[in-house]
Amino acid sequence: MYEVVSNVIMAPGIHRLEVRAPRIAAARRPGQFVIVRCGEGGERIPLTIADADTEAGTITLMIQTIGEGTAKLAEIQPPGGIRDVAGPLGMATEIENRGKVACVGGGVGTAVLFPLAKALADAGNHVTTIIGGRSAEFVILRDELAEFCDEVLVTTEDGSLGTKGFVTIPLGEMIADPDRRPDAIYAVGPVPMMAAITEQTRPEGIHTIVSLNPIMVDGTGMCGGCRVTVDGEVKFACVDGPEFDGHLVDFRELSTRQQAYCDDQHCRLTDAIEDQS
Amino acid sequence: MSDQKLTPKERMAIERTTMPEQDPVVRATNFEEVNFGLDRDAAVREAQRCLVCKSRSCVEGCPVAVRIPEFLSALADGDVATAAEVLRVDNALPATTGRVCPQEVQCEKVCVRGKKGDPVAIGWLERFVADWAAENLANPAEPEDKTGRTVAIVGSGPSGLTAAGELARMGHDVTVFEALHDSGGVLRYGIPEFRLPKKIVDAEVACLESLGVKFEFNVIVGKTITVQQITEEFDACFIGNGAGLPMFLNVPGEQLKGVYSSNEYLTRVNLMGAYKSDSTTPIARGDTAVVFGGGNTAMDSVRTAKRLGSKRAVIAYRRSRAEMPARIEEVHHAEQEGIEFMLLVSPLEIIGGEDGWVKSVRLQKMELGEPDASGRRRPVPIEGSEFELPVDIIVVAIGTRANPLLTAECSELKLNKWGNIETDENQMTSIPGVFAGGDIVRGGATVILAMGDGKCAAKAIDRYLKSN
Repeated sequence: MYEVVSNVIMAPGIHRLEVRAPRIAAARRPGQFVIVRCGEGGERIPLTIADADTEAGTITLMIQTIGEGTAKLAEIQPPGGIRDVAGPLGMATEIENRGKVACVGGGVGTAVLFPLAKALADAGNHVTTIIGGRSAEFVILRDELAEFCDEVLVTTEDGSLGTKGFVTIPLGEMIADPDRRPDAIYAVGPVPMMAAITEQTRPEGIHTIVSLNPIMVDGTGMCGGCRVTVDGEVKFACVDGPEFDGHLVDFRELSTRQQAYCDDQHCRLTDAIEDQS
Repeated sequence: MSDQKLTPKERMAIERTTMPEQDPVVRATNFEEVNFGLDRDAAVREAQRCLVCKSRSCVEGCPVAVRIPEFLSALADGDVATAAEVLRVDNALPATTGRVCPQEVQCEKVCVRGKKGDPVAIGWLERFVADWAAENLANPAEPEDKTGRTVAIVGSGPSGLTAAGELARMGHDVTVFEALHDSGGVLRYGIPEFRLPKKIVDAEVACLESLGVKFEFNVIVGKTITVQQITEEFDACFIGNGAGLPMFLNVPGEQLKGVYSSNEYLTRVNLMGAYKSDSTTPIARGDTAVVFGGGNTAMDSVRTAKRLGSKRAVIAYRRSRAEMPARIEEVHHAEQEGIEFMLLVSPLEIIGGEDGWVKSVRLQKMELGEPDASGRRRPVPIEGSEFELPVDIIVVAIGTRANPLLTAECSELKLNKWGNIETDENQMTSIPGVFAGGDIVRGGATVILAMGDGKCAAKAIDRYLKSN
């Protein structure tokens, strides 16, 4: 059993859990994820490790309640525990000083972006973070990001906070401005958002890294359910990714594969992602 | 039961028993075990067919060298407890191997009784004795003489469990690290309930726990901890992390929805319980399922599809029946259940509908040419023989590549060109004190061969610990 040390509501339906998992806390690097299972008979849910405290032996998980499994997870209050937490899985992000970088996050994708932005800032990059949400209450981690980012820009679909519209608006402005034009872009969020950003940066030739979240079972390369086509080659997001060069990813295929079970009453994941974007 | 020994003539006069099994029509709709197992009278009578010959070729034919004549003669005398003791000492997973071993190419193939008539049904008797032991005997106790030496086992599949059991019996302190949330490896995620009920795996693991073996789940060696950390903390290590990434057909359309690797298909059903009505794991179902491959995993997949409701469940194999690597019993059971065998065909393209789901597959007929590197006749395409088959589910069961997670983080481990770990005749790797066996070494084999590796490695680890 992995003890839940704290459970804080960040936004409607978004919880931040600190979970005691000393081995994972020690081994994890930005960009990696864990697979959690609430209890006997539960789903295996992949979740990015948002942060870790090696001294306390804890990892931070951001949970968006979009299905049965995530709802159960979000209900766990200290001193309760999660039956299974396996990881860290996937390849760590290659962190280097690229100069000016833009980190773009949508919804709970902001949580995935968080450790990345932090590592990029630590590596000496000039980091601008753009975070989007449906409305002000869905914008998460703004203050936490502001602690180490050079600039944090916010967009909301209803204009209740920051720029009204999508994250592509401030990103477009950055790209158009020679003084602010990013040397690299990290985009994490719903598939349509990542696809839109890669199309925005493709003609500009700006290196764009995306973090993919296809359907997974084991997370260790065994099942191949998370296969994605990258530059015409089949890759397994769990072992080869989850981050890839966005300009090479077949988003259309990823999007359709993500919807494999959306008619199934057990899996409302995709619907929720579509709603959110 | 007989107190006085039977004469060879009397033994020869007994006909091989038959295995009672669920009616094929009924069982094709459920996930309960196909074989019911022998009753005691049938088992004792079958054991009496053993000639207790001097050649003991059956023991040599067994990858874990079970003392078959000893357990059979005890059983022939009606002394099941003694038979069970022999089995348990020699084989860490007897209820499993009694169900899934390809006896026809191992012990039963070389059985002297089989030279005239049918061999002794060693597998069925192993199963009978193991099941009897699980019901009637207490689990074996932890040995009193402890060596104080520690061994880490990576992976709780057949090789790891066998090594763990052997080492625990020798008095070593054994910890098994398992990447998934439950024990058994392929026994749990791969082999279906109707062939190996999971309560059998539970019971075998419980036996090991009572021998003192400790299990730690959700530990992915190479990710959660490294081999180097293990070698610092433990006196020796056995790597049995198993098969890895599934191979695909490499034909267009393979990314369509409804196309699974057998690993994913079977894991969803077996480990995650997708066949149960209350499962949280979804699985695609459809009228026609086509499984590519001819091994046991292909048979397990196609029979699973049938049970999940496919009216037409097809094995599509590019060679002929004779080259199929599956156990004879599995092929036979599959045929009884109405599985269709489409032999000498190879896929060209998978075609999908606008909804992104698979709709059909284009196949090409093959003929057998000259033998290839595997010694089997190579399938050669027949020009102009292409045809299209409507299909709802495709499962690709054509093997796996080496698991890269552990080896990628451990550059000192010497690998072969396929990424499998190289070992010496004692199963030791290029790192002293680190041993390996099963699919990560063999690149895809059987449960029993993996167990043989585990047993051989355990002996070598014991020798290593004594000399270091």
